[in-house]
Amino acid sequence: MSSAAGISRAEVANLARLARIEMSDIELDHLASELGIILNAVAKVSEVATADIEPTSHPLAMVNVFRKDEIRPSLTAQEALSGAPAQEESRFKVPQILGDE
Amino acid sequence: MKYDALIEKYEPVLGLEVHVELGTESKMFCGCATVFGAEPNTQTCPVCLGLPGSLPVVNEKAVEYTIAIGLALNCAIAPYSRFARKNYFYPDMPKNFQTSQYDEPICINGYLDLDVETEDGIKNFRVEIERVHMEEDTGKSLHMGGDTGRIHGADYSLLDYNRAGIPLVEIVTKIVEGTGKYAPLVAKAYVKELRDILRGLGVSDVKMEQGSLRCDANVSLRLIGEKKLGTRSETKNVNSLRSVERAIRGEMIRHSILLEKGEKVKQETRHFQEDTGETIAGRSKEEAEDYRYFPEPDLVPVAPSLEWIESIGQSLGERPSDRRKRLQSAWSVPDKEMAAMVNADLLDTVEASVLLGADPTKARSWWLGEISRIANEKAVAISQLAITPGDVAKIVALVGAGELTDKLARAVIEGVIAGEGDPETVIEKRGFKVVSDDGALIAAIEKAVAALPDVAEKVRSGHIPAAGALIGAVMKDTKGQADAAKVRSLLLQHLGQPE
Ligand SMILES: [Zn+2]
Repeated sequence: MSSAAGISRAEVANLARLARIEMSDIELDHLASELGIILNAVAKVSEVATADIEPTSHPLAMVNVFRKDEIRPSLTAQEALSGAPAQEESRFKVPQILGDE
Repeated sequence: MKYDALIEKYEPVLGLEVHVELGTESKMFCGCATVFGAEPNTQTCPVCLGLPGSLPVVNEKAVEYTIAIGLALNCAIAPYSRFARKNYFYPDMPKNFQTSQYDEPICINGYLDLDVETEDGIKNFRVEIERVHMEEDTGKSLHMGGDTGRIHGADYSLLDYNRAGIPLVEIVTKIVEGTGKYAPLVAKAYVKELRDILRGLGVSDVKMEQGSLRCDANVSLRLIGEKKLGTRSETKNVNSLRSVERAIRGEMIRHSILLEKGEKVKQETRHFQEDTGETIAGRSKEEAEDYRYFPEPDLVPVAPSLEWIESIGQSLGERPSDRRKRLQSAWSVPDKEMAAMVNADLLDTVEASVLLGADPTKARSWWLGEISRIANEKAVAISQLAITPGDVAKIVALVGAGELTDKLARAVIEGVIAGEGDPETVIEKRGFKVVSDDGALIAAIEKAVAALPDVAEKVRSGHIPAAGALIGAVMKDTKGQADAAKVRSLLLQHLGQPE
């Protein structure tokens, strides 16, 4: 990600590509400046994050929250598929996948 | 370029990534069951479907298993590790990300020592382990339409998320170099040893054919003496031990042909084809992947206590390499045969026969000889043949008691494998009547007496100790299958000196 100074047009284009969102040149220009403003606002946080503050990924100072290896009831296939736009043979049906793997 | 020529000029460098599905009852972050082959989408819930508002919680057993794997691979266990989101757009994860570990894996810096059987004898190699980390498996896609079942040309895909969220451990080696021409064998031995360790730990069923153990092989070549690494290809999901060896050998040859032509090896994913033994190009990786990893905000860090790590360490049990040494010496097996048995994956099977009372040498020779031959002939794994360690123990016992000759025993084995029933049933059905038959023994005794008339005369005149030579000859003639006490009594009777 870019520095607190904002985000370049190329970075926005790359993010759009990663997110599979097609964007026109005009949209890229527009978003680069808008996202830059948002990033600058968020970057204020780094002003208080001094060297003596540990980076954290969680608001609570907790570790080792575990569950026992026990089976809990799953959804039925019908329930699992109830929100799917399309299904076939009890499976989620998705459009042709681009790329490979 | 031929293999022999390429290894004169190039040095292969490998990197191996093994994914193993843990054998927990429930998934990594939710309580869904992990049964293989269940009806599609019957083992899912809001957590593993990534529905809004659901909250993942780490399966303690999965952490315990991963620590056990790390310890067995001589890794350091990190006092503090975290999960991260690996973001990508592919429908095999309904969440659009895979929960994995990124820059803070739970186990680091291990190694695995290997005894590799080569044409030049047994060679020792150490494969260094970079990391062992926890993640979750992805769902299964079926590509529909088109004619290949592959993504290219498919009209749409169908997703089953039963597998999505099953605990997965990824074991990554450091670069493996200095193995030269043995590289494919070292890789195969590594995956095999790893599989045996995981099986011994009881953390996974390690079934490569069901995908619970999968290997991705990175291969590159560089000119011998060169420091800089060549461009690598990554062959995905190689699903048998034999394929590991074939895939790496094939990639080495493919790379060398390109390099000899002055062309470049493309950095790309390749898919191994079981039927042809070749790999075909998949996604190009020339553009570095960008998964935008970030720490998983829904999960707190894992910080295993020293006491926990220690108690897991104490429960590890015997290492496969120690077990091999123990069995080899207990059964007095020569190195070469030991390697053959390990290679054929017969150690458990032979041990099972031995535990059921079979003589180790005899059990080994049936499994490694006749039974392996039949498996080869049928082109199936020995484990797929309908013969059990108990059957073999029974056959060894019958041969030992002089009730079967080797020749008949082979026929019994064939019968058992053909599904005619257990050894006794086959013997009865086929009407095998055996050496313990006095007639057959008497024939052998007559033969021995005819061959050693002077000795027979001594016995006839009352010099009983001389009978030893005749008994020996009969035993030799019956390939040791006759009961020596019975031979002695029949012989003395025959020579007019009943005891
Ligand atoms: Zn679930």
